[in-house]
Amino acid sequence: MEQQITCINCPVGCRLQVVVEDGEVKSVTGNSCNRGLTYAKQECTAPMRMVTASVPVMDRQTPVSAKTRTPIPKKDIFHCMAELGKVQLHAPVEAGQVICANVCGTGVDVIATKSVQ
Amino acid sequence: MEKRIIVIGGGVIGCAMARLLSRYEAKVTVLEGGEDVAHGASKANSGIVHAGFDAKPGSLKAKLNVEGARMYPELCKEVDAPYGQPGAMVLAFSQEERATVQELYKQGEQNGVAGQRIIEKDEILKLEPNVNPNVVCALLEPMSGLTSPYELTCALADHAAVNGATFVMNAKVQTIEKNGDGFALHTTKGEYTADLIVNCAGVFSAELHNQLSEKKLHIIPRKGEYYLLDHQKDLLFTMTMFQTPTKMGKGILVSPTVHGNTLLGPSADDIEDGTDVSTTAAALKIVNEKARLTWPGLSLRTVVTTFAGVRAHEENGDFIIGATEGVQGSYETIGIESPGLSAAPAIAKLLTEQIISENGLAEKKEWKPAPKREKPFYAMTLEERVDVVKRNPEYGALVCRCEQVTEAEIRAAIRRPVGATTIDGVKRRTRAGMGRCQGGFCSPRVLEILSEELGVAPTEVTKCGGESRILTGTIAQSMHKGDA
Amino acid sequence: MLSQELRGQVQYVDVLIVGAGPAGMAAAIAAKEAGVENLLVLEREQNMGGILRQCIHNGFGLHRFKEELTGPEYAQRDIDRVRDLGIEVRCGTTVLSIDENRFVTAISKEKGVQLFEAGALILAMGCRERPRGALATPGARCSGIYSAGTAQKFVNLEGYMPGKRVVILGSGDIGLIMARRMTLQGAKVLACVELMPYSSGLNRNIVQCLHDYDIPLLLSHTVIDIEGKERLSGVTVAQVDERRNPIPGTEQHFDCDTLLLSVGLIPENELTLQANVEMSPLTQGAVVDDSLQTDKEGIFACGNVLHVHDLVDFVSAESFKAGKAAAAYVQGKSRKGAYVRLKDGEGVRGVVPQRLLVPEGEAESVQVMFRPAGVYENATVSILDGDKEILRQKKRILTPGEMAELMLKPEQIKALSGGDVTVQIVR
Repeated sequence: MEQQITCINCPVGCRLQVVVEDGEVKSVTGNSCNRGLTYAKQECTAPMRMVTASVPVMDRQTPVSAKTRTPIPKKDIFHCMAELGKVQLHAPVEAGQVICANVCGTGVDVIATKSVQ
Repeated sequence: MEKRIIVIGGGVIGCAMARLLSRYEAKVTVLEGGEDVAHGASKANSGIVHAGFDAKPGSLKAKLNVEGARMYPELCKEVDAPYGQPGAMVLAFSQEERATVQELYKQGEQNGVAGQRIIEKDEILKLEPNVNPNVVCALLEPMSGLTSPYELTCALADHAAVNGATFVMNAKVQTIEKNGDGFALHTTKGEYTADLIVNCAGVFSAELHNQLSEKKLHIIPRKGEYYLLDHQKDLLFTMTMFQTPTKMGKGILVSPTVHGNTLLGPSADDIEDGTDVSTTAAALKIVNEKARLTWPGLSLRTVVTTFAGVRAHEENGDFIIGATEGVQGSYETIGIESPGLSAAPAIAKLLTEQIISENGLAEKKEWKPAPKREKPFYAMTLEERVDVVKRNPEYGALVCRCEQVTEAEIRAAIRRPVGATTIDGVKRRTRAGMGRCQGGFCSPRVLEILSEELGVAPTEVTKCGGESRILTGTIAQSMHKGDA
Repeated sequence: MLSQELRGQVQYVDVLIVGAGPAGMAAAIAAKEAGVENLLVLEREQNMGGILRQCIHNGFGLHRFKEELTGPEYAQRDIDRVRDLGIEVRCGTTVLSIDENRFVTAISKEKGVQLFEAGALILAMGCRERPRGALATPGARCSGIYSAGTAQKFVNLEGYMPGKRVVILGSGDIGLIMARRMTLQGAKVLACVELMPYSSGLNRNIVQCLHDYDIPLLLSHTVIDIEGKERLSGVTVAQVDERRNPIPGTEQHFDCDTLLLSVGLIPENELTLQANVEMSPLTQGAVVDDSLQTDKEGIFACGNVLHVHDLVDFVSAESFKAGKAAAAYVQGKSRKGAYVRLKDGEGVRGVVPQRLLVPEGEAESVQVMFRPAGVYENATVSILDGDKEILRQKKRILTPGEMAELMLKPEQIKALSGGDVTVQIVR
């Protein structure tokens, strides 16, 4: 089966043609770099996404921005957000600080991307 | 005992009435249906102080327009509202229209308008190079002026308030009963009683009149839609450009505003619902097309906003001002459409004089002057800015970058006697959010200042009262809900 | 004329930079690194970082840092560098006026009115969003209508939600990013409506912000009516024909309390105009040469105030160049040579720079940037010197949503004939 996907690795957004058989990627065309190849293989078997979020800090008006340190399975995005909704953060928060370890059991930490004093 | 006077409606007429009545021994209360004064037609009209050539000679409109226009310079100085007198032209594009212009000239003479004359093409194009070169002649009206109708209304309200008038917002009068010597008013904010009432309810004035009087009146709400263009380095038109009038009104004008923007409009469409201020593609298209006759080089590239206002057109065509026939203690101003803004000072004077003489109201020992405000920051010279920020550092924080409005002015607007309580209220009093970004940058900060000054949560701050909240909750609430 | 007293308060600064967003910071870093000591950056917000502060999503820095950062992380790298270099930045300071002699007035709470005379002035004020008014979309004037960036500020910097059920008009990147953000933070995004037959946002954003969340992208559609007395209660969307007029019978109604607008960005050039700088009607920014200098000597412009970029990496690169050039200017290293004009040819809108110096001495490569006027597949981009083609490149895909670029090599510049140079796209 041939799938059409758009590579999201970089702003070029190459359109990739991916042939998948029995859950395995047989061929990828349309990519202009190797990262596209990796992306296509991943996307057509187990898609992953970075998740970024605005997370409330209990004693501050300003929320802290956060991200998963690495991509997590796409299917876990909303679970990840739900967990972040339950986190009880107190200031100060430092950029890089883990604000939710091993989110949804993905093995990936969610870290602050800025500091809130 | 002090008479209790209720003024119904906090538009320019209601506020002008409250201001003059506050000079006398009486307890004056203004009941306004909206969240703020200038909530109806007074916030959305052309802002032109007409010279008075347009109204039918002998009509109240003609008399009060000319009188009112003469009162404007002094009044605006007294209450600290913007006023300018750039003049106006009525453009004729055919020999047929030349005849109309000549007719208007004669009418102006009859109405007592000073300084008007008919000018020919060359002079027109010299004065206003952007005018369509197909112009034939024009009636030049040097006495035609400009004001900011909502700023004037706010200033009149402030002056009334410092002299003891009470303003109750969100109190829309639903029914009025004559109750012995007085009146009982049922409003959306409870009941009020009064000895005297003054109906200044704009598009709703006939409805209230009809509850008391056997002689029925009928207001046809007439919607006018406008384009507002950004101010440029130089004015596109220095004067107000009218086209020859039609039976629906003065036609589409192209005019500078008192703040240097360019205004195009209004359309004129009779509607059912007097509160309907939505804009429509059809009316805006007409405004755009007709304005091109005056200004062929029209470009909508610098449009900052479109808006609509509803005029209270009474079917008999003239203002109705005075005591309600057969109803002791009730006074009214009905059918105050154009030139209502121009006539407002004269309308208020006329009716106030009638009220005080008929009810024997005595003048107060002291009538406080209108509260003084700082000159707007955008209008200050460099020296004045150096000085003002030394006195009040909050002038150093620019909140609205498009119109150069500072934190100090926003706080001051909220603290005024009849202060702003909403984003739109701040906008009308300070111009914050009135510019080319339409509040994109400054509204979060204005919201924050309103929340601080009013002592309410940011989520409670509204655009214009009622359910018009800006925010629907915190992200904490939203994420929690998302989880459920 | 300044009074005697005010005259005495004028501070001379070698390089004055307006704005401490990514453009201003990069320009400042470059100027300092090029040896300018007397350097000052004025920033109207309370913090450095500009719009990156609220762009908490990832995707920044791939070109410049070879890694994917979020907006705040990208900004922090420059903020750290600005601090390490000891560059003075005055936050909470708004520039009120500039003129062509580089006299600048500014104001802040702490220091009141400040007057400067700048050896070189770098304009890095960024851009703003087109508001609803500019579209003249008819309908009610209720609350619940925000530009996407305003909503982004509420959510990411202030911790508030501006709505629960959202329709997005315009498919610019901020609109796409906000579709995802609102969804993730608990709102429901019903649709993204785009007037044009193509999106003006990046493809990757359509995938990861709309497709990932099953948010429909309605191309060739627009909002034709807005309803709501106080708060927005719904919008009517219709399909449009080739002339962008709504097609009767295609109306669909959405019950929503929020309409976010992502309908274009406009360089914020009010100050630039005060200095009578020549402007380009296409980019809505200044006309500049390859050193980012405007037609007014010593006044430079870079970043989104010059032309709206898609990628902050390119903003930084352009601004480094501007900072370096401003430094050279105040250090008296003036460039000698003859200027040629760069013009938009077929299919090209808003080429930058618009003027190119053919230097007497050695030339450097010049990056030529522009926006395609439409969608082109497998087209050829070329640069003509008069009628002569001097550069030609195949591009697989060109869309107005993505800035295109070409590099002119030193030898190509040296060989220019002196007439107009045209950039064009051929199908």
